[in-house]
Amino acid sequence: MEFIRAYADWFYLIGAVLFILTLRGLSGPKTAIVGNRYGMIAMAIAVLTTFFVAQGPVVWMIIAAMIAGAVVGIARARTVPMTQMPETVALMHSLVGLAAVLIAVAAIIHNNSLQVIGAERLAAQGLNFHAMSKVHLFELFVGCFVGAITFTASVFAYGKLAAKKWAKTISGAWVKPVQALIFIAMLICGFTFFSTGSMSAFWAMTGLALVFGWVWIAPVGGGDMPVVVSLLNSFSGWAAAGIGFTLENNMLIVAGSLVGSSGAILSYIMCKAMNRSIINVLFGGAMGAVAAPTAVGSQVQRNYRSGSADDAGFLMSNADSVVIVPGYGMAQGRAQNAVKELANLLKEQGVTVRFAIHPVAGRMPGHMNVLLAEADVPYDDILEMDEINADFPATDVVLVIGANDVVNPAAKDDPSSPIYGMPILEAHKARTIMVIKRSMATGYAGLDNDLFYNDKTMMIFGDAKKVVEEMTKAINGTGH
Amino acid sequence: MVETITIFVLAIFVGYYVVWGVTPALHTPLMAVTNALSSIIIVGAMIQTVGMPVLGLEGNLDFQSINIVSVLGAMAVFLASINIFGGFAVTARMLDMFKPKQKNKEG
Repeated sequence: MEFIRAYADWFYLIGAVLFILTLRGLSGPKTAIVGNRYGMIAMAIAVLTTFFVAQGPVVWMIIAAMIAGAVVGIARARTVPMTQMPETVALMHSLVGLAAVLIAVAAIIHNNSLQVIGAERLAAQGLNFHAMSKVHLFELFVGCFVGAITFTASVFAYGKLAAKKWAKTISGAWVKPVQALIFIAMLICGFTFFSTGSMSAFWAMTGLALVFGWVWIAPVGGGDMPVVVSLLNSFSGWAAAGIGFTLENNMLIVAGSLVGSSGAILSYIMCKAMNRSIINVLFGGAMGAVAAPTAVGSQVQRNYRSGSADDAGFLMSNADSVVIVPGYGMAQGRAQNAVKELANLLKEQGVTVRFAIHPVAGRMPGHMNVLLAEADVPYDDILEMDEINADFPATDVVLVIGANDVVNPAAKDDPSSPIYGMPILEAHKARTIMVIKRSMATGYAGLDNDLFYNDKTMMIFGDAKKVVEEMTKAINGTGH
Repeated sequence: MVETITIFVLAIFVGYYVVWGVTPALHTPLMAVTNALSSIIIVGAMIQTVGMPVLGLEGNLDFQSINIVSVLGAMAVFLASINIFGGFAVTARMLDMFKPKQKNKEG
């Protein structure tokens, strides 16, 4: 076992390479499964190697904690419904953040304890001790405060996504100055700790970072959650990299950087899909505040056409091509299986059925794809925005299920609209548009949607799942 | 120090190019698996848990007992383990759904 300890860095290197291959595998659904296994192998190598590096009398504590964690983690992973993936991922981010804080706190307490003991007494025990350098303290400070922000911000994101009562969106003129004050105070405490080594400054910094994480994310609206979740993903990576610097462990640094850049890219993609900057999402507050007055004014008297599920089913079964645009409403109504039944039935009748996914549909990147995959919708039937937009004019029926802003034509032709410039699915170009919605209420952006008042549009009010099931029944009844 | 920063910077570049290659359909599994990956901090947690010695109650060196450092470390191990096992398991579950199915249901 001396061998493993002596060559630990080589094992960590193998792990780091396998981590890269894990992400590489995700370029396609077939290679991804193998990639995920590489990840597991890499993690096993890292953990086993560390077992030999970190020997001590309390190894049983590690094993016990690991088994407990495995039980909780696997139980949750097996049972969580796919509709709850966004909040589950947010919760997982919070765990990484909290773990990073605990490690940083443990490291600094340990360092202090060793300092009290003194290098001479440690040398007498055959232990080589160097007090932490400024560089180390700085790394620790970064790892700790990034971890703390990640923790509380992710807990809030979790609450928001799971619609918990305690996760209240805050708004008001006081929010931004308070955020700024806490952030500056946090930096001052961090700097004091860094320059004097004062422990009270360290605790104050950690506490402020925890508060900051909360007030930072609390003003962000629910529809912006894809950006927030991606960003926290990135943060959890940087926190890991920070701890890696402290421990001078290259595998931690590599894994942390991979995750960090992954989350950053996802945030960028999400922001681009909403035509907003990351600054605007995080510090601009919810867009609803800006849009509310215009929405109220224009909503007064506009005519829309509403229809029944039966009519819609009849129209679809007579169409040549149908494109289904799912949104958050499909997830909320757990309608994915009903939608798939409908799609299959239409296919049996010779209708071409495809799905169009907007990058920010749902509450996290790729949310809709997972739900449709769960319902067994063939991978090739699901198209990204750029792949399908050109096909809308030749499409007979577009069925919009619980999506709103991603099909709002105002993004293309109304420069005064807050979402102007956002790339959309051009559903309005289709011959007939059907929209399943609970009511005429506006989307998260508080915007009215011209699509709903279009002459070609038929509104079908009701619960997504029920309406889709009724459509299926209606088509079955006609018996083509 | 420069060496670690070199590794850090290069790893960011690798991450950048690899992640752009990820198909958008798999962005949710990507987030789940990166979650598991960032739980590599379990390595740090393990090292802290056994990070003996600390100063004992009577001023002696304590190599044995459970102390604040090892408890914090073990808690971090627990949290990271939830993520590691849960993250890989939930990713595997999701990727399984993306697997091309036998076309038995289609007429």
